[in-house]
Parts: sequence; structure tokens; C-alpha cells
Amino acid sequence: MPVPYIDDFRSPAMVRGLLARLHDAAAGLGTPLRVMEVCGTHTMAISRHGIRRAIPDNIELISGPGCPVCVTSNRDIDAFIEMVDAPGAIATTFGDMLRVPGTRTGLAEARGRGADVRIVYSLLDALDIARINRERPVIFFGVGFETTAPTVAASLLQARDEGLSNFYVYCAHKLVPPALEALSTAARLEIDAFLCPGHVSAIIGARAYDPVAAKHGIPCVISGFEPVDILQSLLMLVRQVSSGVAAVETQYSRGVRPDGNPAAMQLMLSVFESSDAEWRGLGNIPESGLAIREEFAAHDAARAFEVDVSWSREPSGCICGQILTGVNKPPDCPLFSRGCTPEHPVGPCMVSSEGTCAAYFQYEIQTAEL
Amino acid sequence: MATIEVGGISRQASLVLLPDAAAGDYVLVHAGFAISLVDKQEALETLQLMSELLAEFEGRPADGEAPTGGA
Repeated sequence: MPVPYIDDFRSPAMVRGLLARLHDAAAGLGTPLRVMEVCGTHTMAISRHGIRRAIPDNIELISGPGCPVCVTSNRDIDAFIEMVDAPGAIATTFGDMLRVPGTRTGLAEARGRGADVRIVYSLLDALDIARINRERPVIFFGVGFETTAPTVAASLLQARDEGLSNFYVYCAHKLVPPALEALSTAARLEIDAFLCPGHVSAIIGARAYDPVAAKHGIPCVISGFEPVDILQSLLMLVRQVSSGVAAVETQYSRGVRPDGNPAAMQLMLSVFESSDAEWRGLGNIPESGLAIREEFAAHDAARAFEVDVSWSREPSGCICGQILTGVNKPPDCPLFSRGCTPEHPVGPCMVSSEGTCAAYFQYEIQTAEL
Repeated sequence: MATIEVGGISRQASLVLLPDAAAGDYVLVHAGFAISLVDKQEALETLQLMSELLAEFEGRPADGEAPTGGA
């Protein structure tokens, strides 16, 4: 059976009506509205559906640090690639990470040199690989936000209970609300509103954004992923701004509850604890990442395989860091579509299927000023 | 583990993060794990709210642009 009412959330009549309503509401805005979306899936949906070109000129959509692969620092990528060289090691990763270049090399090149790097769709697959290869270390590259972290936590619990002592996780997970707070206080960005991620919010709940709205006075709307969802969410944000309100609203109420998924949160926090984390583009943000708790130390790749990546640095010429914070748009980068394309990516924003540069390259290049 | 249907294809998904899910529920699945229930009633209410909003804007009765409310 199809997902209920999904066609209605893609209805052209509904989209036309919402666009007309949005143009009407935005006409009353005093100053242009800068809305940051903080979810790679939103970035892709906005580009794919041509939303950027259809909405009023005085609403600017800025892509934030919502792509898991993109926000992973080169230091973490380099460290994971170094671990792959451990004798007999099997590296497991989500597919997006394979082609992201590190400082010296990427995972794809490491595989070309003979390293055993395997793409998995789910942590369940990584566990299966560990079961089949009990004598070899199987290391999973844990990147992503609160949507993915509980699935990694569940796999670590499973590995412990099964006695899969050869299963390790290199943990580079990040938390969304601390990043939003950091972005809120970055004066040069002047973000007026946040379009908050749908799936992260399904886990953390709408209340997790309360500090962003209450403390920083920035309106937040949690949005679904269909065109109708995104346009309605923008309309809700315009209405908040017009009436001088900063609150957290949930447009994606069919998937997100005020308290999120408490079972998943509890499981995540039983395995991980919050820690400082280094974000590409944003630098170090206190308490914005997850680290593996002491009781799971035996499965922590960072503890088991010590590597030196003091030589790690960001790619030269690539402005991915500025793209991720919304300071620049992809066409501002001298490499965009010239030295850097999805076939030959220089930085992660062009590699990932959720990356801002990839979204612009695929869907918006005809309107980009090249 | 549960059997789920995605676009007509049967797949397996873990319910460890969503222990209350029952047969027949719609769920959001991320990387092989069900993470949230999709609430049909909430979906309907969102659509209803939107069609009322649009009808009000266009000065027509609320059922003028009503969604088809398909399966």
C-alpha cells in the first residue's frame, strides 16, 4: 500500500496555492528573510523541485551543515583511512563516504590499493560482516546526526550481547541543536529562521529546538520533505517573523512528536555521551558530538587503533567550509563545475548525494552565474 | 525484525528503536531501522489545514481545493 496521502503532499494545485499565499505573505516583510535549512534531504528536495526559483525573491534559502558526510572533518576521515591499514581490517561505511577525499587519499583510493572497504546500507549489514569474519577487525565509520546515531548504538549493544569482539565503531557523530545554537550566534550569518530537519526531529523531538527559539529568538519550523511540506513550512516561518514571534512549530506532525522517539534517545545515550566535536566549516563546537562510553570501550575504534593524523588538513581551494555555514553559495567557489564535479569531486559537498554543491550542480547549474 | 514494504518491495527492518510498532503501521525507516510512526490522522489534519488556508486566501469555501484524500 502506498504511504497515506503522499500524492496530496506533491499536489500541483496545492503547490500553486501555497506559492501564491507565500508571495502574498512575503510582500509584507520589511527586510529580506534569510532561512537556513539544516538537512541534506531538504537541500536536495529544494533544488530538485525548483523551489528556490519559485519562491519570492525576498526569501533567501541558505543551505546549512545538514549533510553528514560534508560536516565530517578531514581529521576524522584521515583517521578512519589510517585504521583501514590495520592487519586484516575490514572497513565498513555508508556509500557516500567512499569518494570523499581525505588529506592524502580517500577510501576509494585505499580500496584501490587493496584495502578491504565495504559499503553497507545499514548497521545490520556491518554486524553480519563481523559475524562472518570473526577473526578480522570490522570497523564501521559512524558519521551522521541523531537519526543515524541510535542505529549505531543499537549495533554496539548487539555486538556486546553477542560477544562480537571484532566489531568496532569509529565515532564521528554530531548533534544538530548545538550546531544551530552556534550558527545562531554567528553574527556574519544573520540567519532569520531555521527550517529544521524532519528525520533528526523524529528522534530528538520538537522540544529540542526550544533553546534556539527562546534563547536566540530565531523561529524554527520542522518540515517534511515533499514540496507542499517545504512551502507550508516557509509560510509558517514568514508568519512567525511577520508577527514578531520566535517559536518552534512542527509542520511535519505526521512523523514528529514533541518528545521525539524517547526509546531511541535512551538507547543512544546509554551507549554514547556528548563530547566536543570538530565540524568541517564550523570548527570545534562544545558538546556537539557523541563519544563512545567507557563501558563500550572495547568496541571503540579510536581506543583500539591509535593513529597519528597530525598531518591532516583541509583541501586547498575548496570553500566547502563556507558553503556549509551559508557564507557562500556553490557558484562562488572557483572550483565549482570547473575543477570540482560529481565525477571528480574536490570536497565532500560535491561528493555526497546530500551535498549542497552536488544539489546545485545537478539541478541549479542553469541558473547559476558561471 | 519486521517485514516492511517500500514502494512495492519487501524488506527487513529492525524495530529495536520503535518497539511499539505493530503490524499494519506506517513507519519512517532510516538505514534499516524503523525510527518513527507515520500518523495518518496528523497527515490528514495537515492537509485539511492547508486546504482551509488556501480556500480562505482564494475566498472560496474550504472544500474548493480539498485534497483527494487518496489511499
